[in-house]
Amino acid sequence: MQLMATTVIGRLVSEGETTPAQGLPILPNIGELIVGFIAFAILFVIVWKKVVPNLEKAFAERAAAIEGGIRNAEEAQAQAAAALEQYQAQLREARTEAAKIRDEAKEQGSAIIAEMREQAQAEANRITETAHKQIDAERRQAVVSLRGEVGRLSTDLASRIVGESLHDEVRQKGLVERFLAELESGAIRPEKVGTDSAGAGA
Amino acid sequence: MSSDVLTALGALAASGSGDSYETPTPAEFWWPLWGGYDNPWAFTRPSLVLLLSVGLIAWWLVASTRKAAVVPSKGQWITEQVYGLVRNSIAKDVIGSHDFLKFVPLLFTMFTLILVNNLFGIIPPIQYPTMSRIGFPMALTLIVYVVYHVVGFRKHGFAGYLKSMIPGGLPKAVLPFIFVLEFITYYVTRPLSLCLRLFGNMFAGHLLLLLFITAGDYMLLHGSIGMKLVSVGSYAMAFVMTAFEILVEFLQAYIFTLLTATYIASSLADEH
Repeated sequence: MQLMATTVIGRLVSEGETTPAQGLPILPNIGELIVGFIAFAILFVIVWKKVVPNLEKAFAERAAAIEGGIRNAEEAQAQAAAALEQYQAQLREARTEAAKIRDEAKEQGSAIIAEMREQAQAEANRITETAHKQIDAERRQAVVSLRGEVGRLSTDLASRIVGESLHDEVRQKGLVERFLAELESGAIRPEKVGTDSAGAGA
Repeated sequence: MSSDVLTALGALAASGSGDSYETPTPAEFWWPLWGGYDNPWAFTRPSLVLLLSVGLIAWWLVASTRKAAVVPSKGQWITEQVYGLVRNSIAKDVIGSHDFLKFVPLLFTMFTLILVNNLFGIIPPIQYPTMSRIGFPMALTLIVYVVYHVVGFRKHGFAGYLKSMIPGGLPKAVLPFIFVLEFITYYVTRPLSLCLRLFGNMFAGHLLLLLFITAGDYMLLHGSIGMKLVSVGSYAMAFVMTAFEILVEFLQAYIFTLLTATYIASSLADEH
């Protein structure tokens, strides 16, 4: 192998194709080897110190953001479910409350109506009673005044018949009063005056 | 075999006058900018491209993550997609959720640096896959190599780390052979394959593109009518291979990072 390579190099050199400087393609040129090391070292340091830390940081932040997002979403969902449950409970409670209030209102309403009716009845009774009393009083007054009037009329009538005033005498003796009292008590029977038919008709 | 090819190519190139087709050779990849063509310490174009890519990646990553927020900006979103791929699909799944975070900067740097430099292979006006110069994948591989061994020694101690390479439950008789095999795997095969896989894919892919494009150019400019027609096929192949290269470039960046994570994980593992 070594021999062959040397032979080839020798031939190439002898034919003016190549020089020892370029060498065989599988033997490294020392200058290029060194440049290779330097180039790699430069790029490695930059990648190591600048590029990879930044990318890893971004990766970590992204992973955290995604995990955080998922956790936040789960929390929000749980909160929403809890709120819904609470609202439904409140709604149920409110419905029960409303039904209770409605029932109470109904009861109260009928109670109020009954009470009102009772009051109205009482008022009506009171008014009726008052009216009765008033009527009674008026009747009594009328009776009293009628009694006076009847007395006077009778006396007038009698005076005319007798021809002189009997007023003072009547007053003195209380004749009319006594007569009326007797009449009321039934001691005196009314007697017919004048003709039978005329008297009955009057 | 390869010597024959190179001889043939060399002969072709040497014998040709200005008009003959010169096959692209590995010499195309030697592209010193300062210091002269014959100076092994010359500062080369891929070195410049690599440093440029470091500046570009660093600027983009710092600018898009300086104000990293929970709700990402467009730039931060793009960075996060790449970062998420390395962090979750590679580091976390392979190393495990306990220890992965401290290796994320290393893996993310590896992935972005390799991916951008691979994609430079087809992006005008650079169009040069940096990793086709073996010095660069070798530098990255040496870093990985040191890291996973240091991690292993720290975790298990010197003897413990050597012991942890051997799978458990084997008969005692085969232990020495297995140890030798595992030792070679840990100390030779892994770094070598990690480095050569990346280098080889980028180198071969770029060489193929060079071949199809320069051949197409030559046939179009210098060939007969028939050759001019064939050049269309050559360009078409270049186009297809360019599209294919995008896939390979992404895949190689992914594989390099994934294997880095795997090696670290195997050094960390309690049992082999």
